[in-house]
Amino acid sequence: MVVATFLQDPDFIRVCYLVASVLFILGIRGLSHPRTARQGNLIAAVGMGIAVIATLLDESIDNYGLIAVGIAIGTVVGVVSARAVKMTAMPQMVALFNGVGGGAVALVALSEYHERIPDVGEIPLETLLPTLLACVIGAISFTGSLIAFAKLQELMTGRPIVFPGNQFINGGLLIGIVFLVIYLAAGPESEGLFVLMLCAAALFGFLLIIPVGGADMPVVISMLNAFTGLSAAGAGFVLDNTALIIAGSLVGSSGTLLTILMGQAMNRSLANVLFSAFGSAVAGPSAAADADGRTVREATVTDVATMLGYADSVIVVPGYGLAVAQAQHSVRELATELEKRGVEVNYAIHPVAGRMPGHMNVLLAEADVPYPQLKEMDEINPEFPQADVALVIGANDVTNPAAREDQGSPIYGMPILDVDKAKSIVVLKRSMNPGFAGIENMLYYDDKTVMLFGDAKDSVNKLVGQVKDV
Amino acid sequence: MSGDLITEVTIFVLAVFVGFEVISKVPTMLHTPLMSGTNAIHGIVLLGGLLVVGAEGADTLTKIAGTVAVTFGTINIVGGFLVTDRMLEMFRGRGERKPKQETPEA
Repeated sequence: MVVATFLQDPDFIRVCYLVASVLFILGIRGLSHPRTARQGNLIAAVGMGIAVIATLLDESIDNYGLIAVGIAIGTVVGVVSARAVKMTAMPQMVALFNGVGGGAVALVALSEYHERIPDVGEIPLETLLPTLLACVIGAISFTGSLIAFAKLQELMTGRPIVFPGNQFINGGLLIGIVFLVIYLAAGPESEGLFVLMLCAAALFGFLLIIPVGGADMPVVISMLNAFTGLSAAGAGFVLDNTALIIAGSLVGSSGTLLTILMGQAMNRSLANVLFSAFGSAVAGPSAAADADGRTVREATVTDVATMLGYADSVIVVPGYGLAVAQAQHSVRELATELEKRGVEVNYAIHPVAGRMPGHMNVLLAEADVPYPQLKEMDEINPEFPQADVALVIGANDVTNPAAREDQGSPIYGMPILDVDKAKSIVVLKRSMNPGFAGIENMLYYDDKTVMLFGDAKDSVNKLVGQVKDV
Repeated sequence: MSGDLITEVTIFVLAVFVGFEVISKVPTMLHTPLMSGTNAIHGIVLLGGLLVVGAEGADTLTKIAGTVAVTFGTINIVGGFLVTDRMLEMFRGRGERKPKQETPEA
């Protein structure tokens, strides 16, 4: 009896929440190095376990049946999807998990409001306001994330969907939502209006994200991640639950910071991502001779294999195209083959290579590339002048010298990899179509550059075979 | 009650700063696992679902909404941490052998 009373003591539960919060912080800190990252994730998971168990001890909890049902279904769905997802599909998986989190917040807020409505007297403002905000932000995050998921999973077109007056409708909706929040916060308790507000927020989330192109989606996911975190913190204010407040605000601030960092790496502001529909495939010039009549030099597989085989150092520059072609395993084979010949191989990873920041690292790690070989932009840029060959595979805009030199270019100012400073450059590319920014890449017309056209995986496989024979 | 509110706001603001501090040290290399890991952490809203659905005298609407919230929160937590672990398990240093792992897509 004494033990049971002690365990149900609100102070004991609060101490558990404190322990959980500390573990979250330690866990995220562990993520700052690949050596400690896995352990960090585990520590955060243990913290979550403690927080959940402590909550189940709460004496106000009476009905364990439904909880068991919810947890059982959630666990099965979570485990199955986490195990089945391919590494290339990681961005949409994160979006989906984020969406259900946002949905959960909105539902908790709805239930709280519903439960408190019959209370005699008013709900105090300090509870009411966070309820409303958590509901709105959670709902936006829910529908927004689902749209992001659908776009990345190609359940719907990844192209921006724009219709006339989109911005006006969004603006009107936003004003309507703000009005409803203020009106409901001011006093009149109306479940009907609350549900209306919830629906308006869900619609807003949907309309906010459909004009965003697939290539910009990672920034959006990071932003929605921050939204869900903040809304969870809001739910913490509603329930007077410190674990929710701390964990939610940690995620809210980290998501915000990540969004800013990604925006910087892509040279885009968040407003630009959300409101410009920039990702629309601009039908750019595609003829090889378009840039002032200059032509590109095309090389054969044998030429490239010889260049690589006799080089002292090679820097591989992987991009989105490599992930699309699923060529990461072939690239690793090529690197192993070159290393056998005494060639030094490194990888130059642009912050936004792949489909989200750091995604390329995950894909190459999956292909068994040791992480010390993966060099970040600032680290590898000074090494390009010493590299005999820079092997660009499916990367485009992040190698475009125009970002450094051409003030008129839309990507001017974007940090890029200094591929053009290498002694020679090999570009593996499907065709001469410009990248998603629709900008001509002058790197291809450089005298030091040769192009090898074709599917990246196919080309790399042929190179592996040829290098063996060199 | 206002004392409690101030305490909660204090906790909130400090946690925001801690979040900024801790995240700014994470290298780009790990941003994808980081996003997925922090994503799992906001699944903490599961606690909210537990408190709502478990409350004595919850009516039908609350029970339905709460159970769905618990399900969603659990998916968020379990899926998020597992998928992050799957990613991080693949990172290895030079010369380290990759631990045994199942790769469903291989």
